[in-house]
Amino acid sequence: MIIEAILLTVITASTPLVIAALGELVTERSGVLNLGVEGMMIIGAVCAFAAAQASGSPFIGVLAGVAAGAAFSLLFGFLTLTLVANQVATGLALTILGLGVSGMVGESLVGVPGVKLAPIAIPVLADIPIVGPLFFKQDIIFYLSIALVVGVNWFLFKSRAGLKLRAIGDSHGSAHTLGLPVIRTRYLAVMFGGACAGLAGAQLSLVYTPQWVENMSAGRGWIALALVVFAAWRPWRLLAGGYLFGAVTIGQLHAQAFGIGLPSQFLSALPYAATIVVLIIISHNRRTTLINTPASLGKPFVPDR
Amino acid sequence: MRIELERRPRQSALFAIVSPLLALALTVVFGGIMFALLGKDPVSALYSFFIEPLLEVWSLHELAIKAGPLILIAVGLSVCYRSNNWNIGAEGQFTVGAITGSLLPIVFYEWHSPLLLPLMMVMGALGGAAYAGIPALLKTRFNTNEILTSLMLVYIAQLFLDWLVRGAWRDPGGYNFPQSRSFVSEAVLPEILSSSGRAHWGFAFALIAAVAVWLMMRYTLKGFQIVVLGQSERAGRFAGFSSRGMVWFSMLFSGALAGLAGISEVSGSIGHLQPSISPGYGFTAIIVAFLGRLNPLGIVAAGLVLALTYLGGEGAQLSIGVSDKVTRVFQGLLLFFVLSCDTLILYKVRIVFDRGRKLAGRSAS
Repeated sequence: MIIEAILLTVITASTPLVIAALGELVTERSGVLNLGVEGMMIIGAVCAFAAAQASGSPFIGVLAGVAAGAAFSLLFGFLTLTLVANQVATGLALTILGLGVSGMVGESLVGVPGVKLAPIAIPVLADIPIVGPLFFKQDIIFYLSIALVVGVNWFLFKSRAGLKLRAIGDSHGSAHTLGLPVIRTRYLAVMFGGACAGLAGAQLSLVYTPQWVENMSAGRGWIALALVVFAAWRPWRLLAGGYLFGAVTIGQLHAQAFGIGLPSQFLSALPYAATIVVLIIISHNRRTTLINTPASLGKPFVPDR
Repeated sequence: MRIELERRPRQSALFAIVSPLLALALTVVFGGIMFALLGKDPVSALYSFFIEPLLEVWSLHELAIKAGPLILIAVGLSVCYRSNNWNIGAEGQFTVGAITGSLLPIVFYEWHSPLLLPLMMVMGALGGAAYAGIPALLKTRFNTNEILTSLMLVYIAQLFLDWLVRGAWRDPGGYNFPQSRSFVSEAVLPEILSSSGRAHWGFAFALIAAVAVWLMMRYTLKGFQIVVLGQSERAGRFAGFSSRGMVWFSMLFSGALAGLAGISEVSGSIGHLQPSISPGYGFTAIIVAFLGRLNPLGIVAAGLVLALTYLGGEGAQLSIGVSDKVTRVFQGLLLFFVLSCDTLILYKVRIVFDRGRKLAGRSAS
């Protein structure tokens, strides 16, 4: 069934966006703006691919991607949290360095056939017509992405630790006065963001296109950043937004294949143009943006002692 | 072990100069370690990366060719960043400037006139400014984050250029190669000293822009507005400065310089349009702006350093057989070190080893 095949590709294209954006959502909820998602994602992609190659196991690849993303984000954490460097500039530095390092590390991996992460069918559920193959015969990263949305939503709005994290993101000064560990919490949030970006990268190089291509993240890290704004820092809206973007990406690919008369470049530009349009729609109401944005987002914090 | 920061009463003038140099030194050291890990002799690798390109006259010309667009773009970006507007889409404005500037020599390819070149430069600058006007419009009108919109526009501009040179603007006599007609000689930016190398007037534009912006920042009201609005929008508004106006000014200005850099590069170094016209100048210029500490004259020096990493990468690929991807790594490392060393300007950094002091401090408070 062609519809089913298209929906399957939509899911595969949306999953990395959802995961990377979810990590950034937690980071931003703690008051830290990490623009290095693209860099952490590509590092995750290359490390996952290399580890899967070396070990022969895509699962080890996934773990390597997650670990590499988290480790790389520590660099950002050290600069912005310990040394109080400008978050915008440091995030850009992370992206530039990530693209450079991944290009160098991955040079010998170009053209090497990859290891694909095999889907895991959930017994009984996978046999349901249409729904089964779409949602219950997927790879582990897809299941993880859904679990992460549920988990992060619970963590942020139902758990005590999540409340503390949001308090730190909304007013680091007050949180510090109350004795909450601002810097430590932010380190953990940054690392969670890095781990998620790394996982998203692993999905790209092990599921989406199981091979290594330089710059294969192709701006998805940036789209993930826009998704967080689109979602007003809420996990469920983020899931919906991620699938919307995935659908646009896949829609233009199928439109190119069918040849609808528009030049392929114009269609390829669609996801980027859609990002801009969505940002306009979301941001134009200044008041709701102000209410939703974590109040301390991007502001430096130096504990006074 | 912890690291403690203590805010200095005022910025350290000493570290304002030392910090970029320290960052450079750290990058070189780390670069050496990286070369050693790649199995190359670090000293000879660093020599061929950073010194060899400086030893020949033609190579210095190449340095100027690469430094030109970097400086030109970074000078514009410094105005943006000083005023707290985060234009990171200079690569896109560069591309659009190259396209609009090339309109005349490609569409009216039979027109020979001394007016051609100045018109191209103006159109390039206007094109870049107009393209940077999109994020400015979206920010002032719809409150949209300029970081994300300006970056998305980079991808769109590159795809548009790709479409142009494969479609409408493809050279009819070019055997289907994806490139435009070659420019007529009146449309080519002349070389400064054609007897010794290829460096063209794009480098001169960069120096002029750097000096002009330096004067503007130091002696004009506009420069003062940029600094005040950048440090505190509130304070700027009390002084009657328009922050919306500043968004427009800084974005259009940096876009114009990036556009000018784009058409200068195409007209001076390439001679036609092709799918890829920049090795990431627009992004590298961000590093240049920070390494130059957002000071136009510092940016000139920083632009030459970053241009050297491009040349060194090309040279090292030939002479010692490392990938030219090393260049990007060097550039990323450099920005990291610059940002961390800048902490020293605003803060005293203390590394605390003993746990006793921490406990004592706690009981005292």
